[in-house]
Amino acid sequence: MQDLDLTIQKGEFLAIMGSSGCGKTTTLRMLAGLEAPTEGEIRLRGQRINDLPTWSRDTPMVWQSLALFPFLNVRENVEFSLRMRGMASAERKRRAMHWLDRLQIAEFAERDVTQLSGGQRQRVALARSLVTEPEILLLDEPLSALDAHLKVRMQAVLADLQRQLGITFVYVTHSHSEAFSMADRVVIMSRGRIEQVGSPRDIHGAPRTRFVAEFLGSANIFSGKVIGRDGAHAVVETASGRLRVDPAARALSAGEPVTFTVSGDRVSLSATPPAGDLNVIQAKVVSEEFVGATTTVHMEAADGTELKAQKSHAELAQIEIRTGQPVFVSWPVQQAHLLPAAA
Amino acid sequence: MTDVNRNPLIDWALRLYVLACFAFVFAPIAASFVFSFNEDRFPSLPLGGFSTEWYRAVAADPLVWDGLWNTLVAGVAVSLAATVLGFGAAYTDYRYRFFGKTVYLALALIPPTIPVVIMGLAMLAFLSRIGLSGLSWSVILAHIVICAPFAMAIVRLRLSQIDPDLEAAAWNLGASEWQAMAHVILPFARPAILAAFFITMAVSFDEFAIAWFVSGLNETLPVKVLGFLQGQVSPRINVIGTFVFLASMTLVILAQLLLFRRPAPEPNP
Repeated sequence: MQDLDLTIQKGEFLAIMGSSGCGKTTTLRMLAGLEAPTEGEIRLRGQRINDLPTWSRDTPMVWQSLALFPFLNVRENVEFSLRMRGMASAERKRRAMHWLDRLQIAEFAERDVTQLSGGQRQRVALARSLVTEPEILLLDEPLSALDAHLKVRMQAVLADLQRQLGITFVYVTHSHSEAFSMADRVVIMSRGRIEQVGSPRDIHGAPRTRFVAEFLGSANIFSGKVIGRDGAHAVVETASGRLRVDPAARALSAGEPVTFTVSGDRVSLSATPPAGDLNVIQAKVVSEEFVGATTTVHMEAADGTELKAQKSHAELAQIEIRTGQPVFVSWPVQQAHLLPAAA
Repeated sequence: MTDVNRNPLIDWALRLYVLACFAFVFAPIAASFVFSFNEDRFPSLPLGGFSTEWYRAVAADPLVWDGLWNTLVAGVAVSLAATVLGFGAAYTDYRYRFFGKTVYLALALIPPTIPVVIMGLAMLAFLSRIGLSGLSWSVILAHIVICAPFAMAIVRLRLSQIDPDLEAAAWNLGASEWQAMAHVILPFARPAILAAFFITMAVSFDEFAIAWFVSGLNETLPVKVLGFLQGQVSPRINVIGTFVFLASMTLVILAQLLLFRRPAPEPNP
């Protein structure tokens, strides 16, 4: 972990994502007090908590493994943290039942946790963490063990819960769909560093680094050198040919290396060269991938650059897509997003 | 239900083989049991009449009661101490990583691999040097040394099955390290702890060689039995043997039941 500087707002749903080993779980464990940073400070409400042991922090975590206590029943699992705080048994039970009820698993209160389904166990883990009514909840890939349809349902449960309770959720995941569908802000990490922080819309529309663009995986990425101007646009010499890009507010000088991205859903495909003021690349179809209502067409330009387009089935009906089929990939100049110079 | 993949001939042969194995193992014990009710003084066939004479003789023998008392006291004290030590060693292995851990583990597990005669001699030499030989303590101390590794191995096996996040989850939910130990680690390891208690007690009950060296006048039952055998052949030995066998088997079976209880049903996906 290096130079991590992150402020989490009270009541926000923050997702931290990145590939495995990027430091996202370590970040969460440092918040929980299960790991200590070698230097720097962790503050909660402005107070330094570095030296506070995990049991004094009230930063409950929902574990990837759920870590339910197998020798306790559902209600006893939920009561655990209240019991550790010395609360009387009647009050403990009342609060535990309240949360089980709220998560719609009150009927299983006296069951063994081993007798529950994955989704029910997930709810027990949530109830167990929320029963002390903490200000912040840490979630470490909590949905990774569930199957796809259950995942979507639990996403809705989590998002609703967070909005209703108004507490801070810090949610670690490697799944785009989980992070981008639930979070107010997303942090993308790589090799112990933050690559970008922003709302899902901002990150998607304007990735700040090449890593983020590649990580999101939905965009076409071009790198090259500026060789001149064409009116308001800069002309960039790339491996796939000369492409024009809107320099936005940047003063691009000739010879400057630049990287820009074009989202896969902004490009058009056609069998014949398209007319109009467009960037055009000729490519060959490599494969097609169906993702729900859309299809991702993977293509390869003459120089080997990978290209992709996300289109609805209706749009693709206009053009024949076969492996090896030549197609023209085009986009209006202003649809490209130029990455900041540092990238 | 017939299974086409099985050959009935081989099935029967295997059953016979298992029976033969059990017969070989248990025949001497069964013989001892049968002869303990035989009125004849010498174990010979055909059997004489049924008699509980030897049971009465054993019950009336103060030496036997002495030995039994020493064995019981030692057994309970040894199993308590060995289980506590074994749990501590197993938990250290589970929880911490440190320099020399492999050596630590090897040393902790070594005592049962040392030949008992050598162990007994060494114990005698050491205990007499520090003035502890021949006391009621002596057998207890010596037995703790050989029993603690068994307890450690049993508890360690159980701790290796724990979800590694469980203890941290307890801390995270507000449990101090002691609370997590009391409310998570101990309940999780409880079957293994009880099993370790019974197994170590059984080991202490049966152990003869080391006890013979260090017990002095506080002889345990197995040492007494050897004394009887050297003096005379008496069917009382069969009676004591039957008792010791029953006691040890009970302890071992209790431990097995605890350790190999059917695991909880797998959670539904």
